[in-house]
Amino acid sequence: MLIDQISVFIENKTGRLAEVMQVLNNGGVDIRAMTIADTADFGIMRIIADDTEKAISALKNDGFTAAVTKVIAFTIPDVSGSLYKVMDIINDNGINIDYLYSVMGKTAGRADIVIRVEDTEKAVKVLQDNNVQLITGAELCRD
Amino acid sequence: MDYWNKDIECAPRSELEALQSYRLANTVRRVYENVAPYRAKMDAAGVRPEDIKSVADLPKLPFTVKQDLRDNYPYGMFAIPSSEVVRVHASSGTTGKQTVVGYSAKDIDIWAECAARALVNVGGNKDDFVHVSYGYGLFTGGLGMHYGAEKLGATAIPASAGNSVRQLEMFRDFGSTIICMTPSYAISLIELMAEKGFKKSDFKLKAGLFGAEPWTEEMRRQIEEGLGLKAYDLYGLSEIMGPSVSAECVAQAGMHICEDHFIPEIIDPDTLEVLPAGQQGELVFTCITKEAMPLIRYRTRDIATLVYDKCECGRTLVRMLKPQGRTDDMLIIRGVNVFPSQIESALLSVDEKATNYMLEVNRVNNLDTLEVQLETRPDMFGDDVKTLENYKKKVKAAIDSAIGVGVSIKLLEPKTLARSMGKAVRVKDNREIKNKFEKK
Repeated sequence: MLIDQISVFIENKTGRLAEVMQVLNNGGVDIRAMTIADTADFGIMRIIADDTEKAISALKNDGFTAAVTKVIAFTIPDVSGSLYKVMDIINDNGINIDYLYSVMGKTAGRADIVIRVEDTEKAVKVLQDNNVQLITGAELCRD
Repeated sequence: MDYWNKDIECAPRSELEALQSYRLANTVRRVYENVAPYRAKMDAAGVRPEDIKSVADLPKLPFTVKQDLRDNYPYGMFAIPSSEVVRVHASSGTTGKQTVVGYSAKDIDIWAECAARALVNVGGNKDDFVHVSYGYGLFTGGLGMHYGAEKLGATAIPASAGNSVRQLEMFRDFGSTIICMTPSYAISLIELMAEKGFKKSDFKLKAGLFGAEPWTEEMRRQIEEGLGLKAYDLYGLSEIMGPSVSAECVAQAGMHICEDHFIPEIIDPDTLEVLPAGQQGELVFTCITKEAMPLIRYRTRDIATLVYDKCECGRTLVRMLKPQGRTDDMLIIRGVNVFPSQIESALLSVDEKATNYMLEVNRVNNLDTLEVQLETRPDMFGDDVKTLENYKKKVKAAIDSAIGVGVSIKLLEPKTLARSMGKAVRVKDNREIKNKFEKK
């Protein structure tokens, strides 16, 4: 239950983000989820697309540095304390989270979360054992 | 006191040349006998020591370049046994290997004489407090001017570089009258004065000897105005001696070379022919009194002009005009000599695939900055910030320690840097004062 996430290296300069969007749009890529980690002089844009292959080739053809990483996505009820429960499970099992972001769910009452952890396989098993609902890329942000 | 050594400094040229010729012939004989690399060079050029009788014979001799010092690292160019060497200094080299220079007791004394002349040139005397803010250590700046101040009988203040607020306090409390430092450091002190509430009227400064990096007339005015002193140009290089190979006088019209110790020539850097007086070209020095490491026809790579007219200060010693650039790709960053090849080898030692890079030099608030711009590649890129930040840290640490100057690293997207058809352009120097030689 791992999904592909595309990471794109972007220099901090005006208009660069728009150019990434343009490249993906021209390549017919639909973005499911997105977040940016930024530093003083560069940023890393993380994208989950409907078609990873298509997105990667569009970006590389345009000279972007892009890589694919495996991340985990799960869905939780949109009520307070539900993310805490999952974090607690992960923590209890000694799994370190590199980063996490949340995605707007289309369905009311549901929140989708993407995480990247050090030990992906272990995390998947722990989450499944604890009945956390893992989702695929196609399910992400869809009804 | 008008002159430190009037007999020499105001000598008629014919007398000076006779002295130079005598000393040159002796030095050439000495290096031929005692320095194997020179014997080999002269034999290869078919020159015998007895062929060198006067200054006019100088062009018969082969040149010395910095690489000769590296090839004979550390002491291979010394002309005396180590028992007679009393000190060494060193400067950073292009391959991380330093170049080492040595001095006998007499060399140190002559150096102090040259530095004392420089101080007197700018109005110094025994009553002065000479505040030396060049670094003390392997760099020649600090100790060179320090010994000159003591030779003169002035009071030396060995402040060394750094701790800027303390420098200003010492100006005020110790009554510094003459300062020696890099011009960019002087300007950063001026900026600090305003911030910390110092006024130039708090100080008794009257003159400053500024060197070790290129500077402009505009900076001279800024320093004179900001510190309330007269600012003079100072020149030197460790291979020949250190600071005070030449120094400006009160006329502020070029630096008088201590010609009784160093014979200057100007050559065309391409044809290596000696150029007539007054023409701009590469400055070459021959040491004629040095015992430990007398270099013959050493190519400084500095572009300069020699002026033989008598100076209004009364000195007859030839003047060199402020160097106009370099014949090699050496950059001077905050007074430190940096070769792009040093940076490249440090970079490749961390990442052998980092071949697309650019060095950008700027002057921000009067301090030189050096940015190393590196194109990213898919293989150095995971998806986390940490990996790239660690990569930057590793590259920075390797370069900083190789060149001795802090750099900043900037990661660029691939194919951002212009590709060149021929020799890659690796350096972008945006400073107002370029120290690169641009051929007309």
